[in-house]
Amino acid sequence: MSLRVDLKHRFSKFSLDLGFDVPDGITVLFGRSGSGKSTVLRAIAGIFKPDQARIMLTDRVLCDSDAGLCLPPHKRRIGMIFQDARLFPHLTVSQNLDFGRRFSERNVPQREVTQMVDMLGIGALLDRRPDGLSGGEQQRVAIGRALLSGAEMILADEPLAALDEARKAEILPYFERLRDEIGIPVLYVSHSPAEVARLATTVIALEAGQVIGQGSAEAVLGDPAVLPVGAGGAGALIRATVRGHHEDGLTELDAGGEALFLPHLNADAGHPVRLRIAAHEVILSPERPVGLSALNILSGTIAEISEAQGSAVLVAVQTGAGRVLARVTTRSVAALGLRVGAPCHAVVKTASIAQDNLA
Amino acid sequence: MHFRDRCSVLSSAGLGPEEWQAILLSLKVAFWASLASLPFGIFIAYALARWQFPGRQWLNGLVHLPLVMPPVVTGYLLLMTFGTRAPIGAFLQDLGIVFSFRWTGAALAAAIMGFPLMVRAIRLSIEAVDTRLEEAASTLGASPLRVFFGVTLPLSWPGILAGAVLAYAKALGEFGATITFVSNIPGQTRTLPSAIYAFLQVPGGESAALRLVVISIVLAMGALVLSEVLARRVSKRLSGGERT
Repeated sequence: MSLRVDLKHRFSKFSLDLGFDVPDGITVLFGRSGSGKSTVLRAIAGIFKPDQARIMLTDRVLCDSDAGLCLPPHKRRIGMIFQDARLFPHLTVSQNLDFGRRFSERNVPQREVTQMVDMLGIGALLDRRPDGLSGGEQQRVAIGRALLSGAEMILADEPLAALDEARKAEILPYFERLRDEIGIPVLYVSHSPAEVARLATTVIALEAGQVIGQGSAEAVLGDPAVLPVGAGGAGALIRATVRGHHEDGLTELDAGGEALFLPHLNADAGHPVRLRIAAHEVILSPERPVGLSALNILSGTIAEISEAQGSAVLVAVQTGAGRVLARVTTRSVAALGLRVGAPCHAVVKTASIAQDNLA
Repeated sequence: MHFRDRCSVLSSAGLGPEEWQAILLSLKVAFWASLASLPFGIFIAYALARWQFPGRQWLNGLVHLPLVMPPVVTGYLLLMTFGTRAPIGAFLQDLGIVFSFRWTGAALAAAIMGFPLMVRAIRLSIEAVDTRLEEAASTLGASPLRVFFGVTLPLSWPGILAGAVLAYAKALGEFGATITFVSNIPGQTRTLPSAIYAFLQVPGGESAALRLVVISIVLAMGALVLSEVLARRVSKRLSGGERT
């Protein structure tokens, strides 16, 4: 299953003009608020009609404005999870979950409902009404409702943005399970680098209605020229596996053969982990530094240096563990003689890899 | 129960058969007036609330016309349209449907007089339904008709109920259009207000008129209380029992 989207629409302030593919897994549409992310999602769902659109779900045409064909939302078989859960207040949780089944011709077996209720941990809520549920519970029900509508694809419009940190941490694992276990393609809109790093298989970076970068999460997050949420949100994604735990409370990871040390991580050896290393937390050194308190020193070569933005640049270092981004001053670049192709060491403090950047 | 027994029961309640007849007729007319106009009321209210179409303001004006026109004028227009010698009335008569000088005519007049109130209440509650919920329903595979019956209608239920009760109360009290259109025939078109009027026209009818006045007040209050109770129950259901 894959989605192909081509859209054009003129707004008074900017125009949307983009095209991209959504493969299996979670594809994150990443950009600032106002970059057109939600509009794209609404166009795919069919609840917004752009000037020009061509949207294909595998070989099924959802919309082709040149051919004058545009399916109404209820015929697209695309489920949507909104920022506000949008549960129906007059129905119980179980009636909400059943809404898609009751009102559509799609056939979802009862067995799947039971499985979904189990997976989302909402068995105890079934007879309650949405009004009495917490934000996190509501969003879990909304996820189940979208999945049980027999949709072939899920759109998620900043589903965590309205929740506090604790509730976010409660919902994130369900999206991971969606990606890893259910295997339904998800197009997920977000402006949070942490969410992207944790969830994305593919990233489509959006700025002012245009695609400014797309590819695997590692490639897009590790590209110093693609900054959909600004240089402050820059940070590379590194994939690793847990190697073991040390007695002093540190967890050792294996990232492409390199050892990385982290504060204790609650995961067994062999467990895959994604970590986001924020660019402003990385220190660069042409020589291998000695006598530093930082435990993680990754050596490699400089792959790219972005254009200066004010006094800062982003430097991409290709290391054995993967690409690391560092945000350094232009003065340091000049003083250290940093240039593309030069050997370089990236220093990452153990404590700077925050827990919410991990999965 | 035999008719004579029933009469004695009624007279023990202080009501003569003529008065009782007017009450039952009024209840029947008001019931059918509000029930039969409800589907039209919901449709027009939905159209005014959600659709943009040419002539929308005209439709809105037309619906509200009976509210601002003298009821006698409405009754006269009904007579001109649905009277047996009027074109539409004659056509309907051929089909076996007669309005003029029948209780059905009284119901029609009452329905038209109550229609603006009904549409207004329903329209407000439809406008209050969050369209984002309807959007969500459509992404779940519900066609527009199913969105309407599954989301919009149940969520605007308190307003629909209020509209129906308002129309019912209005129908109980309707006088001008009714007496102009279908006259004041005992057993056919003599509803409560017509009966009160008739009693006041004959010497010694004041006490009967007074009894009917009291009953009118009781019925009107009863309708209001009933609608309040139902509306509370519905809104309690809609809000998950959190609010009172």
